[in-house]
Amino acid sequence: MTQTLLSLRNVSKQFDGKTVLDALDLDIQDGEFLTLLGPSGCGKTTLLRLLGGFEHPDSGTLVLSGEDITAKPPEHRPLNTVFQHYALFPHMTVFDNVAYGLKMEKRPADEIRQRVSEALALVQLDDFARRKPHQLSGGQQQRVAIARAVVKRPKLLLLDEPLSALDYKLRRTMQIELKRLQRELGITFVFVTHDQEEALSMSDRVVVLKDGKVQQLGTPREIYERPANLFTARFVGETNFFPGVVSRIDDEHIAVDVQGLLRHLRKPTFDVRVGQPVHVLLRPEDIRVLEPTADHGFTGKVIERNYKGSTLDSLIRLDSGQEVLASEFFDEDDPTFDYRLGEPVRVSWVDGWEWLLPEELNEAEVLSDDLNAEAPAGDD
Amino acid sequence: MTKGARQPFRTAVLILVWGWLLMLVLAPNLLVVGTSVLSRDPAEFIRLPFTLDNYIRLMDPLYLDVFLHSLYMAAVTTICCLIIGYPFAWALSRVSKRRQTLLVFLLIVPFWTNSLVRTYALKLLLATNGLINNALLAIGVIDEPLTLLYTELAVIIGLVYLLLPFMILPLYSVFDDLRDELLLASHDLGAGRWSTFVHVVVPLTLPGVLAGVLLVLLPAMGMFYVADVLGGSRNLLVGNVIKNQFLDARDWPFGAAASVLLTVAMAVLLFAHRLSRRRLGEEGG
Amino acid sequence: MERVIARWLPRTYLTLVYVLLYLPILVLVVFSFNASRTGYQWDGLSLHWYESLFNNRAMVKAMWNSLWLALVAATVSTVIGALTALALHRYRFRGKRMLNGMLFVVMMSPEIVLAISLLALFLLIGMQLGFMSLLLAHVTFCLPFVVITVMARLSGFDERLPEAARDLGASDFTMTRTVLIPVIMPALMAGWLLGFTLSLDDVVVSTFVSGPSYEILPLRIYSMVRVGLKPEVNALGTLLLVFSLVMLMLSQWILMRSKR
Repeated sequence: MTQTLLSLRNVSKQFDGKTVLDALDLDIQDGEFLTLLGPSGCGKTTLLRLLGGFEHPDSGTLVLSGEDITAKPPEHRPLNTVFQHYALFPHMTVFDNVAYGLKMEKRPADEIRQRVSEALALVQLDDFARRKPHQLSGGQQQRVAIARAVVKRPKLLLLDEPLSALDYKLRRTMQIELKRLQRELGITFVFVTHDQEEALSMSDRVVVLKDGKVQQLGTPREIYERPANLFTARFVGETNFFPGVVSRIDDEHIAVDVQGLLRHLRKPTFDVRVGQPVHVLLRPEDIRVLEPTADHGFTGKVIERNYKGSTLDSLIRLDSGQEVLASEFFDEDDPTFDYRLGEPVRVSWVDGWEWLLPEELNEAEVLSDDLNAEAPAGDD
Repeated sequence: MTKGARQPFRTAVLILVWGWLLMLVLAPNLLVVGTSVLSRDPAEFIRLPFTLDNYIRLMDPLYLDVFLHSLYMAAVTTICCLIIGYPFAWALSRVSKRRQTLLVFLLIVPFWTNSLVRTYALKLLLATNGLINNALLAIGVIDEPLTLLYTELAVIIGLVYLLLPFMILPLYSVFDDLRDELLLASHDLGAGRWSTFVHVVVPLTLPGVLAGVLLVLLPAMGMFYVADVLGGSRNLLVGNVIKNQFLDARDWPFGAAASVLLTVAMAVLLFAHRLSRRRLGEEGG
Repeated sequence: MERVIARWLPRTYLTLVYVLLYLPILVLVVFSFNASRTGYQWDGLSLHWYESLFNNRAMVKAMWNSLWLALVAATVSTVIGALTALALHRYRFRGKRMLNGMLFVVMMSPEIVLAISLLALFLLIGMQLGFMSLLLAHVTFCLPFVVITVMARLSGFDERLPEAARDLGASDFTMTRTVLIPVIMPALMAGWLLGFTLSLDDVVVSTFVSGPSYEILPLRIYSMVRVGLKPEVNALGTLLLVFSLVMLMLSQWILMRSKR
């Protein structure tokens, strides 16, 4: 399971003097569902096109199962792509679309017929073989695009934001469908998306990309709970950042002065020294909102509340001016629990639930950009 | 798209098309410009020395009259096309979409059919004992046939008849893009019909007007066969002069100078058209 | 009342202009079946002029010449025009704007300017005026129209289709054969039909660059209609009109069907 299928070494790519991929190293493991996640322009689509053979790196190598495929054209690579807008051949029927790749392999007609109907059955489109693409709905076109790619039994399936053109509900359905397909076929999937929720829910591993560099590579849980840097923390999920200064260091713990309150935290994986500024990161669901009479935590006021069905999300402005997002599950004992706007509260967390990151050079930029803004599809 | 793999195809195509255009468009036109500043030679068509004589000769009263007359007929043709075509294009753009398809098709037909044949068809109507005269005589409006054929009027009718679709099509395309909302917005902001027309409709349709003028004015000076078939010997177009100088009088340098004049006129019109479109692009989007 | 006028005035106007546009054509067609010798009065139905047309050997020869020329010119300009459109669409290269501009100028410039420039060229390089000079000239003025037709089709073309084909194992050549050409086929056919018709109808350019060795139909008609009326021309004109109309309808049908 942990055998490397494809490895990229030192891969760089520039367009018009602008660096899109910067000396990138990446190992894709056999049978995994790997997601490339990043904001628009981060290089994820370029990376996928490089794997597909539609672009060629300026430097670096691509090795697939021990074979160097860096210079190979797309038609000679044992991997296939599901395109963002499907790219179904408009002049061919669904059957001919799916059969196209097999015809290119010069398979006998019988085998083609059999394999195409298998592939169509797999995506539940058995009855649509004679239709033309324009007679199908968006979701059905998506399935044809998938069938067309998997019928070739590729070692690796590349999916370029395949769900971005679908509406929310269909998107959820297709996410589950894709997971099922991947399990059934045992094909390695490389999936591109800018939707972090999609990335976390579907993948075995996630690659977070920014400015053509890997920011973090790990399981969805690692990415979410232990972000490697401020960018990842900010891009994946909502995060509260509390600025702090290291005031004492023990063997296993450090003490951090967070806005005047001393908290004892686990010693982080990076080197710390006394007096060093750090960021204390807390997910909204890890924030505890306490009565104003509580004996610890920061004091503040509720300035916004959002009923979310299963949770109550509230925005709290601390006395320091910082705004903190808290997401609390409804308690069965207190189903009417709510806040008034302006209600004074205290904000705290359970020691050990926080995550520490060192200060970064260009952090003002990272912390101010609206990273989660939905970019127009496919312009990166 | 692998760069390397496509290079030969790309190179071949570019060489082919550039070669074609350079050999058959650029070079010949330069040749004409060159010819226009050379002297006439009875045997070899052209010879040295260089001279601007041909351009000066264009100003000769004999030719100047012909040119001005041709220009006058072309201008009248263009104005007639505009007067007929502008309301026509507007009305066409307001017809239901389904009918528009058919009506636009009916406008394209002339583009595809032989204009010489259609010029000749006009002759059937305009001749002294042609259909119009017969009809007018029959209902007693006139006592003796009108002289319609071989007149200036006949040439203008012919030119308008042939070129009207070329005025209408660009106008129709700008009217089609002119959304009702803009007119409503203008009324909403207090403009009356006339103000709306002057301040909104005219500026927005100006590129179409200029495109139409471009497509009508120049051909109206060049379509020598219309003057030949309908105009007799007196109502010549610039095209007739160029043709006569080249094919009959064999005075190439002079014909070339006349042609250069036409080309310059085209360049000016093209430039005006571009300018009007760019202005809209900057101001309107 | 005002409303009635607003409703009917535009319609009446449109109808009137269309009637005026089509009246001469109608008269021509009707008179082509006229038995009268003079061509002005109606003397009863007859196919006489069609008969005499097809008995005129020089005329039939010119007709075949024209058809052959149009066929070759349309084909050559479609091939070159389609390749040019592909290059303009796909590649970035130096002088692209200039290439576009030149095609535009060829399309907009008065035919007579093109005509004399080509005549000057042919005589300078000592080319015999005939089929070859006609062909070069016709391809040149058809070219921009084919390029525009194909470009219009390509602008709606999904850039990912060729990549999808390559991804599924097609070589560049196979991709062009199985995806690119089928997708732009309607535009190629429409461009070809337009080129064919333009070539068949051209008078101005042909007047300059044709020679006695290759007589074509429009020039023959031209020499016939310069003076007086020739009933034969009614028949010939009717045939040409019907032929062009069929070509146009075919092209529209192809483009319409491909849009679905």
